[in-house]
Amino acid sequence: MPIQVLMPALSPTMEKGNLAKWLKKEGETIKSGDVIAEIETDKATMEVEATDEGTLGKILIPEGTADVAVNTPIATILADGESAADLAKAPAAPVPQPKAAEAAPAEAKAEAPQPAAKAPAAPATEPLPDPEIPAGTEMVTQTIREALRDAMAEEMRRDGDVFIMGEEVAEYQGAYKVTQGLLQEFGARRVIDTPITEHGFAGVGVGAAMAGLKPIVEFMTFNFAMQAIDQIINSAAKTLYMSGGQMGCSIVFRGPNGAAARVAAQHSQDYAAWYSQIPGLKVIAPYSAADYKGLLKAAIRDPNPVIFLENEVLYGHTGEVPKLADFVVPIGKARIARAGKDVTIVSWAMGMSYALKAADELAKEGIEAEVVDLRTIRPMDTETIINSVKKTGRAVTVEEGWQQSGVGSEVAARIMEHAFDYLDAPVARVSGKDVPMPYAANLEKLALPSVAEVVAAAKAVSYR
Amino acid sequence: MAAPKKSVAKESGQEKAGSPPEFTKEQELKALRDMLLIRRFEEKAGQLYGMGAIGGFCHLYIGQEAVVVGMQMALKPGDEVITGYRDHGHMLACDMEARGVMAELTGRRGGYSRGKGGSMHMFSKEKHFYGGHGIVGAQVSLGTGLAFANRYRGNDNVSVTYFGDGAANQGQVYESFNMAELWKLPVIYVIENNRYAMGTSVSRASAQQDFSKRGASFNIPGKQVDGMDVRAVKAAADEAVAWCRGGNGPMILEMQTYRYRGHSMSDPAKYRTREEVEKVRHDQDPIEQVRNRLLAAGASEQDLKAIDAEVREIVNEAADFAQHDPEPDPAELYTDIYR
Ligand SMILES: Cc1ncc(C[n+]2csc(CCOP(=O)(O)OP(=O)(O)O)c2C)c(N)n1
Ligand SMILES: [Mg+2]
Repeated sequence: MPIQVLMPALSPTMEKGNLAKWLKKEGETIKSGDVIAEIETDKATMEVEATDEGTLGKILIPEGTADVAVNTPIATILADGESAADLAKAPAAPVPQPKAAEAAPAEAKAEAPQPAAKAPAAPATEPLPDPEIPAGTEMVTQTIREALRDAMAEEMRRDGDVFIMGEEVAEYQGAYKVTQGLLQEFGARRVIDTPITEHGFAGVGVGAAMAGLKPIVEFMTFNFAMQAIDQIINSAAKTLYMSGGQMGCSIVFRGPNGAAARVAAQHSQDYAAWYSQIPGLKVIAPYSAADYKGLLKAAIRDPNPVIFLENEVLYGHTGEVPKLADFVVPIGKARIARAGKDVTIVSWAMGMSYALKAADELAKEGIEAEVVDLRTIRPMDTETIINSVKKTGRAVTVEEGWQQSGVGSEVAARIMEHAFDYLDAPVARVSGKDVPMPYAANLEKLALPSVAEVVAAAKAVSYR
Repeated sequence: MAAPKKSVAKESGQEKAGSPPEFTKEQELKALRDMLLIRRFEEKAGQLYGMGAIGGFCHLYIGQEAVVVGMQMALKPGDEVITGYRDHGHMLACDMEARGVMAELTGRRGGYSRGKGGSMHMFSKEKHFYGGHGIVGAQVSLGTGLAFANRYRGNDNVSVTYFGDGAANQGQVYESFNMAELWKLPVIYVIENNRYAMGTSVSRASAQQDFSKRGASFNIPGKQVDGMDVRAVKAAADEAVAWCRGGNGPMILEMQTYRYRGHSMSDPAKYRTREEVEKVRHDQDPIEQVRNRLLAAGASEQDLKAIDAEVREIVNEAADFAQHDPEPDPAELYTDIYR
């Protein structure tokens, strides 16, 4: 029977792609392994290889077609002895979908990590204007990936001591394409591919920073920074103190942090709490595209070691970034992302996507949530949190990381210390479950926090 | 078992000493079958990934089949195997069941890790397969530890520790080398040099590109092996196994091999030309080599087709199982954290 070739998914996050080019014609013989077509996604151009032998029967999707959904039949392959007349028989090749998945709690990952393709990171409700951005400033729509690249490029133009090093940052243009174009603009002296030696190159970066350079060290993901964490903490964070203030290091460690999609326990950890414990480090975990840009620029200029935690799922999201010659967001300042009077929701990074959606849900039920985006985890903007809690009397924290000794626990402790008399209910913490990240789709959903959990927590502290 | 003469094992570097010892017909047939099983399994995994039935990262082993198959032919039950995330081939070579591996790829309860590990994290105590590790280089210390346990217990098992040309630059590799030689641990370090670590070619990442010499400063003997010729792999493996079982400490085998597909499914592979891939496929394909030898020795197309059919049947059955087996019970979320 003729075999249907389906539009393949080429990455964990791909939903559709453009059929750029057919490399085989109808009637041509195909061997397993032959490249038959080229597909473009937002990240790259990829080749489609045949896995079956035969003759290319019919091209169902002509080249140049944009936005072809994954699993759409794009061509048929005829086996030996079959002719075009057999084409009608080609089966629809259904993909059986797991049963248990349907039984899994309604949302979880469905709203949050739906990557790349659609949905700007902006919530349904208009976000509050950022006090950092002068009224009337022209805004440009950018992906977070582009905002990060622009931040680095601007700082590298401004200061010849700034350079970037890491795995695949130069020729490959970044494992997640964040450093796209930097090698072309700044050359191999300042955009440096390293071997896979995290402990080594992190130490090299710290040493170079001690000598006065300003490295940006990219970790392909922060999971791999665990190889390097000794240099980050023992060398980068503590040297200024140990040298009685003589020798500091201005260095940024950046890369994707936390869960992506289905990459399992060793590739899905959130390190915000780990680094936030260390005196001498600053820790930034932005959510909006503008903050990604303005805070990365601030991090590069900061004379201290800064941990800059990004999120792979957000890289493809778009947001409004001010068109200013030099847009820098101060480190250590939280932002009220949404104003409200009934309950305070404190979050940061990916947690904000749950928090903002939950606030929309709560509004429908007459609960006005105030959402505080911490943006910087250390130094933490206690004042903004406390002012909000004094107003609402109730608080919920939201994070994808684990609960024990988590950032939410720290927020809760500060609220207790500084606003105990204002609290009408104990602070509630919504977090990732207390398990390593499982691979199975249904378990992964359960392991992450959900909008429903945030809504439930906000209602619980409101006694509703 | 007698150790090979030190002088033989000691020499590092290219050994272009003609073709390796011939296989018997049975060996050729077994090698063909085992390599085909891996090839067909990986092709199917690639398809299922394209259909969205497999998620996350999926690193295929296509092109490198001769390495694990040849190594495995020299091992005995009880020898341990450990590797990184490009692990499907290693598991099949260790005689783990195709359906259990495939069901793990789709994240179902019948998978080797009951759906909790995925492509990069599978294990089988029964088959002495110790994973399945996602952190580049981590398996090298772990594999050295397996060898430590063998030495501690005084058994004659050997730990076969696989890692890539990229992983060979991690610091813990050298910390492990030192301990392994210092304590004479029975570990074979199999460096699968497929010329690239993600998008970085060996020449762009490695000061010493002859990986067989990577143990030189610790006095660990090493050999470069044609990893596309299963007979050469088996011969080198025999020598290394004898060396390790003989109590002489570790040995390094650099397997010169090639991966045909991208690093993972989402790698556009712009760092090498299509011609480069085509050339290796055409001139050196490990499966074609065996097929051609078998045909030249008088095997019929029919016989070889029968092997392919048998293998396809196993793979199709595995894929079918992997797509219909239910996902793990939600209660599994909280199991296996402690015991
Ligand atoms: C410590 C660490 N750093 C980086 C990565 C990301 N990564 C995964 S595979 C890989 C390339 C490894 O190449 P190589 O060792 O040659 O093995 P191959 O993929 O070629 O089999 C990289 C950089 C990782 N998983 N762990
Ligand atoms: Mg490699």
